[in-house]
Amino acid sequence: MYSLRGRRTGALLIAVALALTACGSKTGENESSSSGAVADTSGDTVKVGLLNSLSGTMAISEVTVRDSIKLAVEEINASGGVLGKKLEPISEDGASDWPTFAEKAEKLIKEDRVAAVFGCWTSASRKAVKPVFEENKALLFYPVQYEGLEQSPYIFYTGATTNQQIVPGLDYLKSQGKTSVYLVGSDYVFPRTANKIIKAYAAANGMTILGEDYAPLGSTEFGTIVNKVKASKASAVFNTLNGDSNVAFFKEYKSAGLTAATMPVVSVSIAEEEVKSIGTQYLADQLTAWNYYQTTPGAANEKFVKAYKAKYGADKPTSDPMEAAYVSVYLWKAMVEKAGSFEVAKVKAASDGVTFEAPEGTVTIDGATQHIYKTARIGKVGGDGLITEVWNSGSPVKPDPYLKGYAWATGLS
Amino acid sequence: MTVIVSQLFTGVSIGAVLLLIALGLSLTFGQMGVINMAHGEFIMAGAYTVYVLQKVITGAGWSLLIALPIAFAVAGAMGVLLEFLLIRRLYARPLDTLLVTWGVSLILQQAARDIFGAPNVQTRAPDALTGNIRITDDLVLSNNRLFILALAALAVVALTVVLRFTSLGRRIRAVVQNRDLAAVSGIPTGRVDRLTFFIGSGLAGVAGVALTLLGPIGPTMGTNVIIDAFLVVVAGGIGHLKGSVIVAFALGTLQSLIEYSTTVSVAKVLVFVAIVAFLQWRPQGLFTLRTRSMA
Repeated sequence: MYSLRGRRTGALLIAVALALTACGSKTGENESSSSGAVADTSGDTVKVGLLNSLSGTMAISEVTVRDSIKLAVEEINASGGVLGKKLEPISEDGASDWPTFAEKAEKLIKEDRVAAVFGCWTSASRKAVKPVFEENKALLFYPVQYEGLEQSPYIFYTGATTNQQIVPGLDYLKSQGKTSVYLVGSDYVFPRTANKIIKAYAAANGMTILGEDYAPLGSTEFGTIVNKVKASKASAVFNTLNGDSNVAFFKEYKSAGLTAATMPVVSVSIAEEEVKSIGTQYLADQLTAWNYYQTTPGAANEKFVKAYKAKYGADKPTSDPMEAAYVSVYLWKAMVEKAGSFEVAKVKAASDGVTFEAPEGTVTIDGATQHIYKTARIGKVGGDGLITEVWNSGSPVKPDPYLKGYAWATGLS
Repeated sequence: MTVIVSQLFTGVSIGAVLLLIALGLSLTFGQMGVINMAHGEFIMAGAYTVYVLQKVITGAGWSLLIALPIAFAVAGAMGVLLEFLLIRRLYARPLDTLLVTWGVSLILQQAARDIFGAPNVQTRAPDALTGNIRITDDLVLSNNRLFILALAALAVVALTVVLRFTSLGRRIRAVVQNRDLAAVSGIPTGRVDRLTFFIGSGLAGVAGVALTLLGPIGPTMGTNVIIDAFLVVVAGGIGHLKGSVIVAFALGTLQSLIEYSTTVSVAKVLVFVAIVAFLQWRPQGLFTLRTRSMA
């Protein structure tokens, strides 16, 4: 029973088990449908779909987005609903698995016949559901900053595109005289596309990129990357790491003796929730680029923060993607009311120029790109875990997902 | 030159982390032959011990040193419980042990999620461990890495002493080498199994304390490291402490040196290729344990 063969079999079994865990994703083929599903708006209520990962690695972030969508739906219902009809939220779990997202999107559209779907976080999940929404001519509201270079006729993007987050982040670094930059990111579509844009910007703006490193998603060993960053003597780091990797990166960064004073890090995926889990000890005074912070001034934000904390707990911070998700429901409501109909084609036609007094400031839909005008804000992490603004773009920036307005960006798309 | 030295240091410290997470496993998997998929969750339990302890005694101060014995006890107790309730009924059935402990691992992860919440939690590192020792401007040795190195060395020495010079160690080795003969000689094999499991799981708890200095503390932190831990034990030669030590440091150094001139992913691939090639050459691992019960 303690034979060598037994142990070898054991080792083999482990290998098999690990391999199974590694490729545990399902392959879900979507049957193509010819006709678009029509939302059911005949009753007293109208169904809306919430499509977020409630389990798996992305759940941490996406549950907060789901919560803020629910908050917006409740507020709208309390004030009379949309076109006199109450909203009935149907929540589906994308399970951090992209084919599952596509299946659940199909279910929401065809079986539940929802009027619109709010959700998705990663670009991979958005790309997985995009054909489903396009085939069925249904609406998706996507609330997270992303890498741009996309414009689906059936998706409204309420998070920032690159010229509302990354480009202002670079402008800020340049204005501070930080012109030699090291790029660190997770190894997937967003950081790679973002860095392509950053390199094009740098070439045209007299900045030098001293190095570029990618860590696999979930990677928690940053000794070597931090050594490389340190040896490069860059004046700043542009960080597009996602998730757990940030924790390991900043712990390593600090113990290597690098600080915000010597070599600041600009992060585009660290919001209030992430600050909490990384620890202010490691993040003090580091920079972030977003469009909204919990500390953003204004009555609309005070109301949002108060309502969120009242519903979900006083220790829960609000963040940019949560705010963008909250706003997306109100924007949809305004579009439907302007159109006087829940019909997708009419709602889309009515979208241009629809505005909303959002917690981040006034946002306006740009009908041509289906993105929204947003104010860019650079923030600094404080000792209390909140982020305070150190710079903003003054007025909402026109969305430009293909960066057509930037000469240096030709040839990127 | 400085770069090579600092990369060597990084490599050695990666090796120390690998060694710490694999050490407990080299006992339970290596010596006893139990495939414990929940080993990673014992590491997680050690890390959460630090978190809970810092809630009780505010301030980082000595919390890490106090946490070490407590985490050892907590993870060890969990290990004994697992051994007593499930594993001892499955000693002759490796496949069942694998599946059962995998299930236990999922249950423990979910338990952590329910108790501490799904997001990662943060612990404060003592100020003494967030700094570094500056040798030149370019060459700094971070204190947390040095601490982990010392901790790994201490754990190896302690384990070696226990296995080689104590009566418990003799019994463990006797049971591993020939269970039936050990039983006939009056060694209570059941108790020895439980103690071995206690020490092995306890070491996982110690590794968890060390990991709070480096990475995220969350419900899935155990699954992130369990693969590497098995890799070290298998390549080192099942049942051999010395093999695990050598392989851990070799892999760490290899990883960091390749990574510096390429990328993380390429380095990972090359290290895996190296391991596969090595196991082709020596399927039994670096060292082999001679037992009388050859199948």
